[in-house]
Amino acid sequence: MPQMGYDMKEGRLIKWLKGEGDEITTGEDIAEIETDKAIIPMPSPSGGILRKIITPEGEMVPVGTVLGFIGTLEEEIPSNLTSVPVENNNIPENENVTELNTSEPIEEPIIETPKSSSETIKASPVARRIAADKGIDLKLIQGTGPNGRIVEKDVLNYSQPSASPQPVTEAPKVSTTPSNINSEIIELNRMRQAVARTTSASSREAPHFYVTTDIDMTGTMEIRSQVNKALESQGKRVSVNDIIIKACAVALKNHQNFNATFHGDTIEIHPNINIGVAIDLDGSGLIQPCIMSCQNLSLAEISVGTKDLINRARENQLRAEEYIGSTFTISNLGMFDIESFTAIIAPPNCAILAVGSVRQQPVVSDGEITVKQMMKVTLSVDHRANDGAAAARFIGEIKSLLEQPIGLLV
Amino acid sequence: MAELTLRDAISLGLREAMDNDPRVIIMGEDVGAYNGAYVVTKGFLEEYGESRIIDTPISEAGFVGAGIGAAMAGLKPVVEIMTINFSLMASDQIINNAAKIHYMSGGQYSAPIIIRTVTGGGAGLAATHSQSFEGFYATIPGLKVLTPAFPDDALGLLRTAFKDNNPILYCEHALLYNVRGEIPDDSSFEVPFGKAKTRRNGSDITLVGYGRSVHTALLAAEKLQERNVDAEVIDLRTLRPLDIQTLIESTQKTHRCVVIEETWATGGFGSYVAYEIQKNAFDDLDGPVLHIGGLDVPAPYARNLEIMTIPNEQWILDAVEKEFGL
Repeated sequence: MPQMGYDMKEGRLIKWLKGEGDEITTGEDIAEIETDKAIIPMPSPSGGILRKIITPEGEMVPVGTVLGFIGTLEEEIPSNLTSVPVENNNIPENENVTELNTSEPIEEPIIETPKSSSETIKASPVARRIAADKGIDLKLIQGTGPNGRIVEKDVLNYSQPSASPQPVTEAPKVSTTPSNINSEIIELNRMRQAVARTTSASSREAPHFYVTTDIDMTGTMEIRSQVNKALESQGKRVSVNDIIIKACAVALKNHQNFNATFHGDTIEIHPNINIGVAIDLDGSGLIQPCIMSCQNLSLAEISVGTKDLINRARENQLRAEEYIGSTFTISNLGMFDIESFTAIIAPPNCAILAVGSVRQQPVVSDGEITVKQMMKVTLSVDHRANDGAAAARFIGEIKSLLEQPIGLLV
Repeated sequence: MAELTLRDAISLGLREAMDNDPRVIIMGEDVGAYNGAYVVTKGFLEEYGESRIIDTPISEAGFVGAGIGAAMAGLKPVVEIMTINFSLMASDQIINNAAKIHYMSGGQYSAPIIIRTVTGGGAGLAATHSQSFEGFYATIPGLKVLTPAFPDDALGLLRTAFKDNNPILYCEHALLYNVRGEIPDDSSFEVPFGKAKTRRNGSDITLVGYGRSVHTALLAAEKLQERNVDAEVIDLRTLRPLDIQTLIESTQKTHRCVVIEETWATGGFGSYVAYEIQKNAFDDLDGPVLHIGGLDVPAPYARNLEIMTIPNEQWILDAVEKEFGL
């Protein structure tokens, strides 16, 4: 069972698209997988003959579980096969037999997930010795040495909390109260569960701060109407959001620390700018697929890509990398006439831009009151990865790109 | 206390030995009429005569072998090899004869020869004349390898060498001859083998060197002081026997250690020193024991390029910052 989302822990094998004995080429869709968010086809990681199906249709299995074996007709199939997750990539000795158990994304790009907390603690020998002498748990110390190593001074400077720290726990389950005896209890669908899980994890782990700015969209709205007039004959339309995506892509190039993932003691700067777009699935849920490699796309290409993305999101036809590849997210509630709001960062991103509506407003400039088309945007930032001034510079660049939008067209 | 150059300190030690012990002779290329390639034996020929100051043909294997034989037969020869690069010609004599004869003869013979030689690069003498092999010889059991960096040690080690009954390689760095320093007036002043010297006291990091790299370490220590990093600098003084204990004790105090040498980093003697420190002071380390050696290239002839291959204080500063965050 491949990991097809940042927080995907398990998946359901909805349907085998191939049967035992069928010939398969690499990349050919072999099964349909239901993740938290959607049902998606799963391309085969290798070619050959589907020798044996291990995981039956309809079964929910953890990521890493063997789904089936692909190999040649002559090959022996290991006898101890069960539909249980494998701890690591135990490739059978016969190298032509491939397990369908890759725990990596099945297509490019490879997305690194945050390191697990069970990773070995890096601490210098003398830091370990002093910590042991003083009975200090190294897990509680933030290393400041090279590569985040806990060094002598980190232990010496560490002051133990008076009480032992409370373990961070999931929100407690609250049972129905007697007064609400007539309440309707609704089971969360998987998408709702996923949203609940990732947003609470993000709120808990990522210290958010927010910077808001007013953007004069008069020029952008003017350019957009000109562009749309020109595109009318082709039946295309550029949305305000498309232009904002383009502006963010340009700004992210110069502010790479916002196109990044925080890993505890490192920050991973992503080479590609994949901008996630929060899409409302008509009330049934929220999904944030991304437009890949925005740094290489023109405004028109972004516009086409976004529409395609939204359509496929609503038809459950997104590709795996579009779920997991996002490096920055935009959430736009402008169409609901929301002036401004703050958004929760979508892990593994370290920032999200919340976009309000474009509205005509009186603006004082040069001592005159004029009417301009104003838009408020709020950037939510993970303070572990970036500081206020950096956020201000980043949002400032987005603002100036949108206020002089001609640069976004070329 | 008299102030002498390192060159004059060596000359002084040689004169003392010539004056005090008739068994002492000096032989090598240009040690007599030419006063020595680095002018260490200036005036010796006139003073002590041709029977004790012997100019030899250009044949390192020949005159080193002759010296070893003389030593076995009861003299106390000082053989000068003009540079350590040419010692390779005599390496069989040094390694297979001088270093082994006491052992191979079951103690019947000794070879108390002092081989003086000039080591180090940085003088623009190109790839075949700019090498540092003292660390290589220090891997040979049976030899003693001395690397004085200051005039007092140059004299004190030489005095001890004349009393020692083993073959000794006495390595003089070509760029240190004019280093000046105080020499104790006490004629009994000697420097024991196998005892490193702390040339600068510090509490934050230990810098270990030998020969010229001690001076590089001292320069780095001054610069580190500007960063409020208090560096201790230790001069090994003798590579064999090697004083590990002083290094361990210093590292246990400072928790960080850098070993610096000028020869190629790969397989350098300093990497063995670093190994001993990390093994013996492991639980006191706040970071890896660092080893800084020269670049793995034949020395360029152009001096501006050559000096880029030899560790300088900036290499130390950069490594300390990168690996220890200091």
